[in-house]
Amino acid sequence: MGQQVSINEFVLDISGDEPRLMGGRCKDCGHHTFPLLSGCAHCAGANVESVPLSSRGTLWAWTVQGFPPKDPPYLGENDPENFQPFGVGYVELPELKVEARLTESQPEHLRDGMEMQLTVEPLYADDDGNEVVTFAFAPVE
Amino acid sequence: MNEVAIVGIGMHPFGRHEGVTGMEQGAIAAREACRDAGIGWKDLGFAVGGSMAAGAPDQMVSMMGLTGLQFVNVVNGCATGGTALSTAYNMIMAGIQDIGIAVGFDKHPRGAFASDRPVHPVDGGADWYGGSGMAINPQFFAMKINRYMQKHQISHRTLARVAAKATRNGSMNPMAWRKQAFTEDEILQSRMLAYPLTQYMFCSPGEGGVAMVLCRADQAHKYTSKPIYLKAAVMRSRRYGSFEVKASYLSNDECDGPTMDASKAAFEFAGIGPEDVDVAQLQDTESGAEIMHMAENGFCEDGEQEWMLERGETEIDGRFPVNTDGGCIANGEPIGASGLRQVYENVLQLRGGAGERQVPGNPKVAYTHVYGAPGISGVTILST
Repeated sequence: MGQQVSINEFVLDISGDEPRLMGGRCKDCGHHTFPLLSGCAHCAGANVESVPLSSRGTLWAWTVQGFPPKDPPYLGENDPENFQPFGVGYVELPELKVEARLTESQPEHLRDGMEMQLTVEPLYADDDGNEVVTFAFAPVE
Repeated sequence: MNEVAIVGIGMHPFGRHEGVTGMEQGAIAAREACRDAGIGWKDLGFAVGGSMAAGAPDQMVSMMGLTGLQFVNVVNGCATGGTALSTAYNMIMAGIQDIGIAVGFDKHPRGAFASDRPVHPVDGGADWYGGSGMAINPQFFAMKINRYMQKHQISHRTLARVAAKATRNGSMNPMAWRKQAFTEDEILQSRMLAYPLTQYMFCSPGEGGVAMVLCRADQAHKYTSKPIYLKAAVMRSRRYGSFEVKASYLSNDECDGPTMDASKAAFEFAGIGPEDVDVAQLQDTESGAEIMHMAENGFCEDGEQEWMLERGETEIDGRFPVNTDGGCIANGEPIGASGLRQVYENVLQLRGGAGERQVPGNPKVAYTHVYGAPGISGVTILST
């Protein structure tokens, strides 16, 4: 029986009760990146560490992906017959703004400033029957 | 200080050209630019070539002539053509070369530009960024204009006005790909690709080639009676805190983007202000980009675009004509050639040779702006 697995544990940790995004933090200047990079984009130093990021924030900018992305690199459903448009946005967390899929794809239900919570969305089934998930943000009811 | 003049221009039509390689289109443009300057390939001291998908430009020497000239290849995303020009400009400004050519060409497959390499390379795991359905250029432009429209009261109708103007101008340009003028309603009713942007608001990857011969300004009259002077050619990359294409995160500390940085630097270097510019070609990979780039390049305040477009101020006969050749929307975007196409159009306009789409009143100062992934802008200022 398959189970849920993260698209990449380097950025999405689903081992705990709640999913966590993993980013980078500069130990010298305190600025964050997503994902963890080998250096700090702010101070140009290299003293960085991996840290979990906050899971709740506000929507800063958004669109709706209306056409099937190319495969590669896209791993989800891109057959024009079955493709479903999905929301994409930047969610402002206390540390930084992260780009993510949105669980909502109706423009009339999306607006800048609305509160959002991290969740996961199924992307595809791998060869072992596991459900591969990626990160997404959902509007807070 | 040295100055640089453009003394010859050449172009291969943009569009789709079965059976003609991208490099052949570049070579046709290069021969035309040399002919326009009254010289031969053997007279050039150097070349700078840009192409993303149509081969290493320096291979062109085998069809142009093995003269031993210095040939530099450049790539900078959608700003590749702009980089070819600024690199050539810098070589002449430095006093290292007297005369050379900037050439750009490309040939892209159909469909939106896609990342063939991961934005965030991973060792062993899945490409989580592109794999999740991000790293797609139209998403960025859609998010940026969507936020801008809410913040500065820009209407969907204004997005359509930009695209309608582009296709109208393109219909008067024999070199353009799209020669059919669309109405605002046709544009608004076309398929929604990335909200709020519809299909007819976008440019498409395409094919084409552009070349121009540049020389020391004090030698320009040897080649032409109408030299056009390149007063500034500036490139800038993004700083920490700007909002750019293919960014998996943005800083909460916001700052000006590379377009504002390049524009300010170019105006300062040229000693010319936005109010002096008679015609401008601004990056319009989709209609939202043209709107935002009007403000980012210093030509209006945020939000003024709404009534400027309504009054037709950016039309060819308006107060401030923008994208007189139809821009990327009507010409498509062969990455290596696109930034040079903008300069080609401005040279035509300043020479008074733009035919049906000539800006009236003898324009004297012209401006170009090109933008590329992952956050690069190139600006040029030309004058008679």
